[in-house]
Amino acid sequence: MKDFPIAVPEGETEATSMASEAQQSSVELVSGNEAVARAAFDAGVSLGMGYPGTPSTEILEAFDSLGGRAQWAPNEKVALEVALGVSLAGARSIATMKHVGLNVAADPFFTAAYLDLPGALVVVSADEPGMSSSQNEQDNRRYAVAAGVAMLEPSDSQEAYEFTLRAIEIAERWHKPVMLRMTTRVCHSKTVLRRDRAPSIAPPRPADFVRDIPSRVMIPGYARPAHQRLRAALAQIAEWNETADVNRIVAGSPALGIVTSGISYQHVREAAPEASVLKLGMTYPLPFELIRRFVSTVERAMVIEEGDPYLAEAVRAAGIPVEAKAEMFRLGELNVGRVRRILAGDVSPEPKLPPGKPPALCPGCGHRSVFSSLSNLGCIVSGDIGCYTLAVLPPFEAVDSTVCMGASIGVGLGLRHALPPEQAKRVVSVIGDSTFFHSGITGLLEMAYNPPPTGHVVVVLDNGTTAMTGFQEHPGTGRTLDHSATAKASIEGLARAAGVRNVHLIDPTLDPAAFERLLKECLDKPELTVIVARRDCLLAARNIREYERMNARCN
Amino acid sequence: MRGVTNIVIAGLGGQGVLTASDIVADVALHAGFDVKKSELHGMSQRGGSVASDVRFGRVVFSPMVPAGEADFLVAVEPDQVSVNAAVLSPSSIIVDPSQFHAEKLRNKKSLNVALLGALSRHLEFSEEAWIAAIRRRLPEKLVEVNLEAFALGKG
Repeated sequence: MKDFPIAVPEGETEATSMASEAQQSSVELVSGNEAVARAAFDAGVSLGMGYPGTPSTEILEAFDSLGGRAQWAPNEKVALEVALGVSLAGARSIATMKHVGLNVAADPFFTAAYLDLPGALVVVSADEPGMSSSQNEQDNRRYAVAAGVAMLEPSDSQEAYEFTLRAIEIAERWHKPVMLRMTTRVCHSKTVLRRDRAPSIAPPRPADFVRDIPSRVMIPGYARPAHQRLRAALAQIAEWNETADVNRIVAGSPALGIVTSGISYQHVREAAPEASVLKLGMTYPLPFELIRRFVSTVERAMVIEEGDPYLAEAVRAAGIPVEAKAEMFRLGELNVGRVRRILAGDVSPEPKLPPGKPPALCPGCGHRSVFSSLSNLGCIVSGDIGCYTLAVLPPFEAVDSTVCMGASIGVGLGLRHALPPEQAKRVVSVIGDSTFFHSGITGLLEMAYNPPPTGHVVVVLDNGTTAMTGFQEHPGTGRTLDHSATAKASIEGLARAAGVRNVHLIDPTLDPAAFERLLKECLDKPELTVIVARRDCLLAARNIREYERMNARCN
Repeated sequence: MRGVTNIVIAGLGGQGVLTASDIVADVALHAGFDVKKSELHGMSQRGGSVASDVRFGRVVFSPMVPAGEADFLVAVEPDQVSVNAAVLSPSSIIVDPSQFHAEKLRNKKSLNVALLGALSRHLEFSEEAWIAAIRRRLPEKLVEVNLEAFALGKG
């Protein structure tokens, strides 16, 4: 891979050389997410699976737009399992999710690494240092180590494209899943992508089932040798990584050598243009001999990385002396200014940026009247993940906890079990429709199975879309990722099937007073209740009507 | 970084900040520059602050405009200047709707493109290049009203 993807030849002006290149279809300005989709398409990935989540959502949408087959699963665990099945069929698959999505998919992720996979399985983890739209900033590089899954970290759209192709090749060479670890600024920044007309990857093999029980059925007797095979594969990949061209050295002054990866590389090149840089493309398993040699050629060696000190700890544990950033830079995104501070050892307090205008529930949003009622009735609100999390801000301030997808129901039940009855009676779990299908159903089963003495009330805010991430379909909309018609799951039906006797359907916007009366009645009874507050998202309503018209015509 | 032009476009969700930065990036790409564009998605649909960074030059590394290094701050919403003050330096140029007759816009939604007209006074791209980028980046039915807006901003 070239260092300067669009460097201008000597003696030629920028304008003449680049204008002609820009006219070719192979030079485009695309986001990292679009580049991953493009690579998946060029590599003949047979199915892309995922659940929407910032900053990963656009990968599958772009894959679909290009003509690839992409599907939203109810959650990331199911998405990864379907993708795993595709790869067991010998075809190529990709599963996309945000960082916290991999928590949901962690169960299949860990054991998928034990299996011998005939087709490529690429797991995209899109992490969110700085939390522009997330509940935590966990560093999923730790997952690659914990599960024993090889990991590539692109630093721009060009690498997002090339590393996706390499991930597929590595997966098929060693028959193991590969993680493509991105971060918000790689996913969403648009940078130049140059592409050959023919992709530099062998075409996929046709899907075909070949029985191989010991390498795919993880009973203990087969899993023990499978774990040995995984470690042997990782040792081979580590050796390959020592000389692989996914890593590269930018020659510079021997006074300072920087080991870095991902988006940090871009900040480093700008903050320290004179430094020698070892840019790692594959950050698990690490090429320790390459790092050792690089460090030995420079007077001062430093690791620059966003998030946890993962690289610094691993490199030091291998006995290679490197400096690491100060603890304060574990938090938030890096940028050029912060990298300059790290290099200078400046740990003085950073200037606080003025807060921008916070987002708010839209005027006329169906969630508004629900939160007004919750507030009026003095409810203790166990909240969830979605637009409605915004009700924690003024004027509502009507959310008392938000943890992870689906947690509203379990946490609400725990509060009901432990609080004195007068408080317990005021606890309400509030969850959106997409979140309900993602992780709320098991919470409902728990509610019916182990009901609190005061009963419980769950309000499902059903706005007919996955609004927060940009209006994606889900199993309750009756439409697939590309908006064509499919089976439509019923929240009311699922609640009844779980054993909840009081199930109400109401439009909270039509008659807010009626909604509040219903909520009060339900709170006063020591019974289990699910209220489905159904009102299409204002921003999505027009498109929803259009999809429905189109689908009606197709039938 | 030497030779890199840094532009920050700031406004509120729904004001066309990202469309405006797409157009600037498109003009720069077609003029032969390395280009990077960065912003945070996610909350932008809900009326919150949105800022988008566009950087172009011979080689651009970081996609984000470093603090104090913006050459231009284009404010679709004037009160977003203070929110983005950290990117400004004494030599930064602020482009805002007070610099042309924004009240004459046929469609208020094309204020973002009118501001690009005002920005274009300071950049070396030809008017034809801007017009071509607007045509490439906008749906056909919106092109005419936005070309008018661009001309209004350019003055």
